[in-house]
Amino acid sequence: MLLTLTTTHRPATDLGFLLHKHPDRVQRFGLPFGAAHVVYPEASPERCTAALVLDVDPVGLVRRGHGSTAFALAEYVNDRPYVASSLMSVALVTVFKSAMSGQCRTHPELAATAIGLEARLPTVPARGGEALVRRLFEPLGYAVDVQSIGLDEQHPEWGDSRHVGLRLTAAVRLADLLTHLYVLLPVLDDDKHYWVDQTEIDKLLHRGGDWLPGHPEKELITRRYLKHEASLFHPALDRLEASAVDPAAQEDPEGALEERVLLRDQRLGTVRAALKASGARRVLDLGCGPGALLRLLVQDGYDEVVGVDVSSRALEIAARRLRLDELHDDRRDRIRLLQSPLTYRDKRLRGFDAAALVEVIEHLDPPRLAAAEVNVFADAQPATVIVTTPNAEYNPRWETLPAGRFRHPDHRFEWTREQFAAWSAGVGSRHGYRVRHVPIGPEDREVGPPTQMAVFER
Amino acid sequence: MRIDVPDPSLVVLVGASGSGKSTFARRHFLATEVLSSDACRGLVADDPNDQSATEDAFAVLEFIAARRLAQPRLTVVDATNVQRPSRRRLVQLAQAHDLFPVAIVLDLSEAVCRARNRGRPDRDFGPHVVRGQRTQLHRSLRGLQKEGFRRTWVLDSPDQTEAVELVRSPLWTDRRADPGPFDVIGDVHGCHAELVSLLGELGWAVASDGLSAAPPGGRRAVFVGDYVDRGPASGEVLELIMRLAADGHALCLPGNHDAKLVRKLKGRDVRLTHGLAETLDQLGRAPTGLRDRARDFLDGLVSHAVLDGGRLVVAHAGLKEAYHGRSSGRVRDFALYGDTTGEADELGLPVRNDWAQDYRGTAAVVYGHTPVAEPRWTNQTINIDTGCVFGGRLTALRWPERELVSVPAAREYFAPARPLFTLPPGIDPDRGPSTLDVEDVAGKRIVQTRLARTVTVREEQAAVALEVMSRFAVDPRWLVYLPPTMAPTATSQRSGLLEHPEQALAEYRAAGVARVVCQEKHMGSRAIVVVCADSDVAAERFGVTDGSAGVVVTRTGRPFFDDAALMSGVVERVRSAVTSAGRWDALSTRWLVLDCELMPWSAKAIELLRRQYAAVGAAAAAGLTATARTLEQAAGRGQDVGELLGRTRARADHVEGYRDAYRRYVWPVDGIDDLRLAPFHVLAAEGGVFVDRDHSWHLDQCDALVDAAPDWLQRTGRRYVDVTDPAGQDEAVAWWEQLTAAGGEGMVVKPLGFAERGAKGLVQPGVKCRGREYLRIIYGPEYADPAQLDRLRGRNLGRKRSLAVREFALGVEALERFVRREPLHRVHECVFSVLALESDAVDPRL
Repeated sequence: MLLTLTTTHRPATDLGFLLHKHPDRVQRFGLPFGAAHVVYPEASPERCTAALVLDVDPVGLVRRGHGSTAFALAEYVNDRPYVASSLMSVALVTVFKSAMSGQCRTHPELAATAIGLEARLPTVPARGGEALVRRLFEPLGYAVDVQSIGLDEQHPEWGDSRHVGLRLTAAVRLADLLTHLYVLLPVLDDDKHYWVDQTEIDKLLHRGGDWLPGHPEKELITRRYLKHEASLFHPALDRLEASAVDPAAQEDPEGALEERVLLRDQRLGTVRAALKASGARRVLDLGCGPGALLRLLVQDGYDEVVGVDVSSRALEIAARRLRLDELHDDRRDRIRLLQSPLTYRDKRLRGFDAAALVEVIEHLDPPRLAAAEVNVFADAQPATVIVTTPNAEYNPRWETLPAGRFRHPDHRFEWTREQFAAWSAGVGSRHGYRVRHVPIGPEDREVGPPTQMAVFER
Repeated sequence: MRIDVPDPSLVVLVGASGSGKSTFARRHFLATEVLSSDACRGLVADDPNDQSATEDAFAVLEFIAARRLAQPRLTVVDATNVQRPSRRRLVQLAQAHDLFPVAIVLDLSEAVCRARNRGRPDRDFGPHVVRGQRTQLHRSLRGLQKEGFRRTWVLDSPDQTEAVELVRSPLWTDRRADPGPFDVIGDVHGCHAELVSLLGELGWAVASDGLSAAPPGGRRAVFVGDYVDRGPASGEVLELIMRLAADGHALCLPGNHDAKLVRKLKGRDVRLTHGLAETLDQLGRAPTGLRDRARDFLDGLVSHAVLDGGRLVVAHAGLKEAYHGRSSGRVRDFALYGDTTGEADELGLPVRNDWAQDYRGTAAVVYGHTPVAEPRWTNQTINIDTGCVFGGRLTALRWPERELVSVPAAREYFAPARPLFTLPPGIDPDRGPSTLDVEDVAGKRIVQTRLARTVTVREEQAAVALEVMSRFAVDPRWLVYLPPTMAPTATSQRSGLLEHPEQALAEYRAAGVARVVCQEKHMGSRAIVVVCADSDVAAERFGVTDGSAGVVVTRTGRPFFDDAALMSGVVERVRSAVTSAGRWDALSTRWLVLDCELMPWSAKAIELLRRQYAAVGAAAAAGLTATARTLEQAAGRGQDVGELLGRTRARADHVEGYRDAYRRYVWPVDGIDDLRLAPFHVLAAEGGVFVDRDHSWHLDQCDALVDAAPDWLQRTGRRYVDVTDPAGQDEAVAWWEQLTAAGGEGMVVKPLGFAERGAKGLVQPGVKCRGREYLRIIYGPEYADPAQLDRLRGRNLGRKRSLAVREFALGVEALERFVRREPLHRVHECVFSVLALESDAVDPRL
């Protein structure tokens, strides 16, 4: 990976003083993941270019324990050795430490002066594309030139890579240019090679202290730089190619929008009310996920609340959020979590008064829904069953949801009101339950409510 | 005195302090069989005489006793037990485990007790203690039987205690020592003519009066009960079975009708319904004495029988596993009346829980009671009451042959309350939509396999598999197989190579395998194809009733295609190839499981190729090109960058090699015509699992399919090699070099016999030798750089190889269980375990 810094400020070779690297010498610096070299491909009074060449050892990088993704071989087949990411930031702060802090004993005034500078990076991983590159650098006064990189010239139909070639030009202090790159390259990449901790916050405040507060994208920069809390990545699941659907996101994928947060709260509130109204003493939350509903139900004085989910990760999060290991014995006896899939019969689910399935059935393949139906209504047989599911007719009302798409990538189906009513009626007659339907969320005259709920009673 | 203790049972010793209970227990029982309250006091309070710890001590004692009785094992409680409340808890404990409590009372004189206590410094309590205990004991003696003790023995002198001969007798239900062979016969209900004719069918010589018979070759009859009521000749049936029992030719179990008749004959007030009136008429016409003999005979029948080393259990209405070999009121109720809920249905018939559906025991349970149209094995249980008296048939099950033999009823003697044909014909009740229980898969399990003995799945592996299986896999009824992982060959030391065929050939040679097959490794994705001749076969054999007639799944059990039309299109093409190749008849089957590779890889992995492989290639090429150009410029200025530039150019070459490597896996797929399927194993069909055929048979079968659809099915290239023949090996290596030089993925070397054994059990079912170029997309673009390659040689294959063998054994076991028509949960257990093992942390590059 490569960074070149060019100046036309005369005499251009003063760049060597600013960088503390002599233009006629090749210098090498050892780094934890390989080596950095500084060379000058051109050095004349009119124009001088310094190149920082990172020689990353791919095998060494793997052995350092790089994070991972759903792709099992991602540790071995990845772009890290070839792109300007956080590794470049580490190299910058190692090789150009003094320059970055604006120190220059021989030319202190030059270091404090904005001079004509150009930075080029042939491959920058840019999550967010050219638009984000511009939003990050243009407010800082750079002229931005972005070159797209095709994924494969033999497969033009595949389009462009998420990597871009980047050229930034501005009249700027060298220290500022280096600092901006130091902070913003990892932000563009959005994937650090090391784990984030408290020292990262200090680093960000140190490096971005004077320009970040005024940057229009400061929130995005901060969020991405301090890449949120340890991921929920689960290596064993990913070896089985389970597309890593983050359980926290599952809770409400559409949660970004205020009205959808509101809808989620209304949904949980409505289910909570229906459970109270049923007079149940012992309740099941089937498909409890990370425990959004459980947190409400534990306040409602039930004799027993049992959260059931197939995902052990979701249950771990739920246990943490419910602070299960800190509860006093009398409260702890009233809440339990069980790993169980609805598609397998489970005797432990028998004998409850009520069960809630909140946004669960749409995550089951239609052929497996029949098994879940029998297991819930014929085997577990709670007196009351509450089922909520999206109303597909409402989807066009979500402006941000592309037409024809489901609300969540893991949804196997989304039903219209008629489809849900037909299924509910069938379940009722097959298993001896009365059914009533309750809308959740603002009811649209034409397409109905965003969420539909059925209450089954035996 | 002879004390005859039922084994297992709960033996309660009763006696004052100093009466010699512990000595008695030591003499007659194993130390581990005796639970002493003093010892338990010691366990919880460090002092065997600390009376304040009594409550905790008994909690420990009862806990251990409960676990022993659950096993079940004979258990002796050594405590004074002179108070009724403490005995009641023990009686309840025995009853909760459906075993008999028995009491042995040591009623020795106060003088004897006190003399013994005097010899023990830790028993310095006053004389009132022993006196009090003896008083309580005497108050209890008369009522022990009433308290629930099945037997009691009282020993009242040291001499008598000394002279005790203690023997253990198996419970009446325990006939495990009796190996058979048996003819288990269903509900007769007075159908004497049919019984005679069935015995004849079974090879018995029946006397002309039909009242006695001689069995063929040491066989014995086991009757499931209900000899009387509704049929025309209950008296004759009773005469015959009593005679057979008396002659040692039959074992008779009681049915609910028989129990009701006994109550009537004992003079109880019983309603004369369900054919009892007719039975009484028939008995009234029979020779005198039959009524009394029948009463005594039927009254003495034992609830159920455990036979043939515990492999066979017979009970009138079936029996859940927890009750096998046990005795109690509720065990008898279950055996006679079934698992009733106490509710009645719209016809007034009792609503039953489906204990057979939940049954997971290994013993076969044969029963009757509720007439069925067709006897059918469900989870190792079978109901052989085929409703003879209702005009159906009288059926026998031959054990251990498991053959069914039946004769039709001469006529309908009684109209059934509901039609016998209640199940839709052809649908296997074991394969309904909801027959899998979470207990069938969750938690740690040890799976018995024929090929590799036991395979253990850890709890956390099962937890991961549970999530994946339930969220992503196809309907489990289709999932009769998952393929094993495959280890690479031992690492080659040849320059520039990580893998080479010579190690694979040497491995099999060293394991004593003479002939191997080298198969071309296809450049696609693993696909397991289940194909049925039509959707009726899918319904009958797999229980899938949605109209589909096959499925294609990935190596982790997911649907290969999201698009149902594409899925059925692919299945249809395979089906028509099987049909044109005449394989249905050749293999005498209506369904097949094929192991295949589906090309191109990009059909399944286009997103991975685009987002991961191509993106890395594009970034690397752009970065390295720019770097090389910059360094060339610097070199032009006379800077000393020669080595760095050389390395950068070499890296750029590796990256180009890597891009070429993944590009070979890509071709455009616009529809089914662009796909290619390469079958290489014909895994199973109705007639069996073809692990007993060698790979040349499998490949010949596959070639026949390819010949039937040459434009769409792809042949698997192969070389057969004698591993002791240098020329043949050279030829195979040359072939591998040719394949991989052209960018091919490499080859798989397998022992010619499908499942061959070496000195240490199964040899690897196959090892892969992957090509140098292909490995770029596994180990990373620059892995072939000599410095990197040396570091990569230190890879450890042990875990992968061990997994490969265990998963192979599990996959074969799944198919064998399916072919044997074992219940779904037994097949699923194996498939699930393959998935669970695959969650293990193994280097994904192997």
